[in-house]
Amino acid sequence: MGTTWTWFHRFGSPPHVYRLAGILTPWFAWPAAILIITGLYAGLVLAPPDYQQGEGFRIIYVHAPSAWLSVMIYAVMATAAGIGLIWRMKVAHAAAASCAAIGAWFTVVSLVTGMLWGKPMWGTYWVWDPRLTAQLVLLFLYLGYIALRAGIDDLGRADRASAVLALVGVVNLPIIRYSVEWWNSIHQAPSVMKMDKPSMPIEMLAPLLMMLVGLSLYFAAVLLVRLRAEILNRERQASWIKEVVE
Amino acid sequence: MRPIFAATLLVLRRELLLALRRPILVVQPLAFFAVVTALFPLGYTPELGKLRAIAPGVLWVGALLASLLALESLFREDAEDGTLEQFALSGQPFALLLGAKTLAHWLLTGLPLTLMAPWLGIALGVPLAAMPGILASLALGTWTLSLLGAVGAGLTLGLRRGGVLLSLLTLPLAVPVIVFGARATELAIAGESLMGPLYLQAALAVLGMTLAPLAAAAAVRIGLE
Repeated sequence: MGTTWTWFHRFGSPPHVYRLAGILTPWFAWPAAILIITGLYAGLVLAPPDYQQGEGFRIIYVHAPSAWLSVMIYAVMATAAGIGLIWRMKVAHAAAASCAAIGAWFTVVSLVTGMLWGKPMWGTYWVWDPRLTAQLVLLFLYLGYIALRAGIDDLGRADRASAVLALVGVVNLPIIRYSVEWWNSIHQAPSVMKMDKPSMPIEMLAPLLMMLVGLSLYFAAVLLVRLRAEILNRERQASWIKEVVE
Repeated sequence: MRPIFAATLLVLRRELLLALRRPILVVQPLAFFAVVTALFPLGYTPELGKLRAIAPGVLWVGALLASLLALESLFREDAEDGTLEQFALSGQPFALLLGAKTLAHWLLTGLPLTLMAPWLGIALGVPLAAMPGILASLALGTWTLSLLGAVGAGLTLGLRRGGVLLSLLTLPLAVPVIVFGARATELAIAGESLMGPLYLQAALAVLGMTLAPLAAAAAVRIGLE
């Protein structure tokens, strides 16, 4: 028990995490770059056009992974916030804070690409489609989290208050998604262009998986870089910073 | 009586007594609700047929904004004069005391807003037969909103421009309440059975009652430090 906690605190200490994040970043960044470049080439050039949607479907290679990541990052953020709240781990709070902006941007990317896809498919940029609507609400959740952080001057209080908000949000998120689906099924006639995937051929699916893994690794790399910046900012009074910065 | 219930009842009684001394604070959200609703015929059309079609949305958005307006002051004065600290130190479960405060808040805003909705509904061309449904769905919905709002009010305790932030935090979380509530109202106006969405609203209310006071207690504790 005692040794576990020593290990836990040593592992979670800002200098250790700072160094570890620095070492790990290229291990995520390079595979991410390779996978994203191959995935984009395979998806945008090699994959055959869709028999129904033509070339327009190719935006899925950016859209679907962004949408998936935007939700996953919220879960990561809430998990980090929960760890920070329960074990009073400063680094976990820093990680949660670093997640928010990345998640918000992925949400924006998924919204914008969804709108661009909607123009040729639906004939309009915006349709109150359940997925788009749920993403919009998710964006508001991220914005609320960021605004709450920005609104509190005391760092410790900002950490814990935003952690409570992230946890409330993560409980509410599935309910919001479900309610929006339900709302849409009542108010909208089934749209002509439903994105149901009747077993994608492998040359379409493979680039999608590449992009999904690639962008997830990209998220991890950016998170580590932002985490280092966040730690530097938080620990700017600490003596170990001098050794690192020289 | 067990001290835990006695303390809860005392909090409830105190809140109601305070409101009785300053009834204007209870009237404000109601007046707001009425004014917002009156703007729709002026801004859209006075035709009752068309107004009836948008009545669920108007009533729900109006009630949501009105109850948000009142939420801002839910914890503020008690935080400033130290009452909340006394609550925290009292040895009684903090979440339960805040739950009692939230219940009092609902009795003073959510319930009056609910009782007022049928009158505004008449002004929007809603048939009288729909009123029981509207009352039931708004009663459940405003209760959930009060619970959600208590968390938001706790998080924004003592912040500058806390009101705007409170809305930004609470409104996205209130999406399910609006969706199910407006649907129940719509069904009530159409004269159909509204039990489906009403059960979902009840489920939300129960879930909120279970979790929200705990989250609000955590939030207020952070704000008090």
